[in-house]
Amino acid sequence: MNDTAQIFEQGEYNFAYLDEQTKRMIRRAILKGIAIPGYQVPFASREMPMPYGWGTGGVQVTAAILGKDDCLKMIDQGSDDTTNAVSLRGFFEKTAGVRTTFETSEASVIQTRHRIPEKTLREDQIIVFQVPIPEPLRFLEPRETETRKMHALEDYGLMHVKLYEDIAKNGHIATTYAYPVKVNDRYVMDPSPTPKFDNPKIDQMAALQLYGAGREKRIYAIPPYTKVKSLDFEDYPFEVQKFDKPCGLCGAENVYLDEVILDDKGGRMFVCSDSDYCEERRADGHLGPMAADPAAHQFGATQAEETAR
Amino acid sequence: MNAFPTTDPLLQVHNVTRYYGDRIGCADVSFDLWPGEVLAIVGESGSGKTTLLNCLSTRLAPTAGAIEYRMRDGTMRNLYQLTEAERRLLMRTDWGFVHQNAAEGLRMNVSAGANVGERLMAVGERHYGNIRSTADDWMGRVEIDSDRIDDDPRSFSGGMRQRLQIARNLVTRPRLVFMDEPTGGLDVSVQARLLDLLRRLVADLGLSVVIVTHDLAVARLLSHRIMVMRHGNVIESGLTDQVLDDPREPYTQLLVSSILQV
Repeated sequence: MNDTAQIFEQGEYNFAYLDEQTKRMIRRAILKGIAIPGYQVPFASREMPMPYGWGTGGVQVTAAILGKDDCLKMIDQGSDDTTNAVSLRGFFEKTAGVRTTFETSEASVIQTRHRIPEKTLREDQIIVFQVPIPEPLRFLEPRETETRKMHALEDYGLMHVKLYEDIAKNGHIATTYAYPVKVNDRYVMDPSPTPKFDNPKIDQMAALQLYGAGREKRIYAIPPYTKVKSLDFEDYPFEVQKFDKPCGLCGAENVYLDEVILDDKGGRMFVCSDSDYCEERRADGHLGPMAADPAAHQFGATQAEETAR
Repeated sequence: MNAFPTTDPLLQVHNVTRYYGDRIGCADVSFDLWPGEVLAIVGESGSGKTTLLNCLSTRLAPTAGAIEYRMRDGTMRNLYQLTEAERRLLMRTDWGFVHQNAAEGLRMNVSAGANVGERLMAVGERHYGNIRSTADDWMGRVEIDSDRIDDDPRSFSGGMRQRLQIARNLVTRPRLVFMDEPTGGLDVSVQARLLDLLRRLVADLGLSVVIVTHDLAVARLLSHRIMVMRHGNVIESGLTDQVLDDPREPYTQLLVSSILQV
């Protein structure tokens, strides 16, 4: 990957912050991860200039795969303009100087925290997930030596114990995020804390999926068009969340919605969690029940201008 | 006593020896165990009974000797030549292990029903309703009320935990169960009830059991055969009643005579 190597002046960053040897090491881990879908590959995670929990794993993966011609999109909880997304986008703008975008269809690399875009991803796109805890068995079996053995021997009965507990305690499978999946009929994997709403998108996805956990020093991957099955019981099949109302702003149905509290009198609205998707729909003229009338919007703008004057 | 017409032994132990550095854990132990037979290993603390039990149950590799087990397909296999996957499958289907401290054998942070159901799920059962009704059935067999099925074992008494542990082990219908002082730490009336229950289950299911105990009364009630250990060696073995009524070795005589009489 010579296109990212460069001779740089003192005080300048190497392309995408990491040095080329580190990127090489990470690329090796990624290749191994792709070769064994769902298997957690250990890698020598580096200290990054941001705290753990901010997506140091995802950032390292992105840094290793980024080329100069790539266009990067950063998502935090579905949104492009919240703290995490803004900071990490800024980080790569500064250290790699690549083009960035809010638009899902325009991006070639998408780094995300918690959500997969509503728009179907293509074969020429890569989605990078930030993973806090890569081990799906962690809370059932705290010993890492034991969980590794369980993966090796495909000894996954324990995962169903957790789902059993859910049904016994709540009457249904109450796990709503980090919902365990079985990849390619072999490895049980934690799809990072994405809501289980996004699990069906992981199955047979056209884009390459890379998962990076910085603190836990693990990388795993799902190659394009791989079978990914959410675990369930025969009499309690896997289901995704359902919303009884459409998005308040763009009227979209069958998308993942965030609850927004409006006042302290119980007022609330549900809006698309994927902000780019919502904006695009509104630009196309879709209006939800709580969206401002376009005329009112213009009126508001004139008012604001006048006040400014 | 020829209560075991089956000709093939289930477990064959050949000269099992385990050293801890220079010290002896257990030395040169050999015996056969037949299907449906209950063997008690007795002796004082430090006599090597638990070391032997751990060697038998593949939890601790012996320094020398071999242990063979008759698999469900009838073949004799050396336990320490099984692959890890085969060994694990054996441990969660054909075997059971009852710990002295129930907390070691149970998952304390999941419900009783899930504890019993875990082995079923591990061997591929994927129907919640079936798992639950089997768990319920087994809780009934070990005399735990059905309405405790969703409670954590943490909220159970010592005796209930022990019974739950037994149910968890027996749910896959094992053929061989190892028990390490199953009644230790329980008060006397609870012990009596547990022994009663164990005796009934062992007889009903035709289990083979290797039970380690320092309590001769437990050995007398449950076992057909007994092995007395001292300093890592088996010093006397034979039918339980024979050994306890007419002990040959001075040490066994001492053990038998030191039982407290009320």
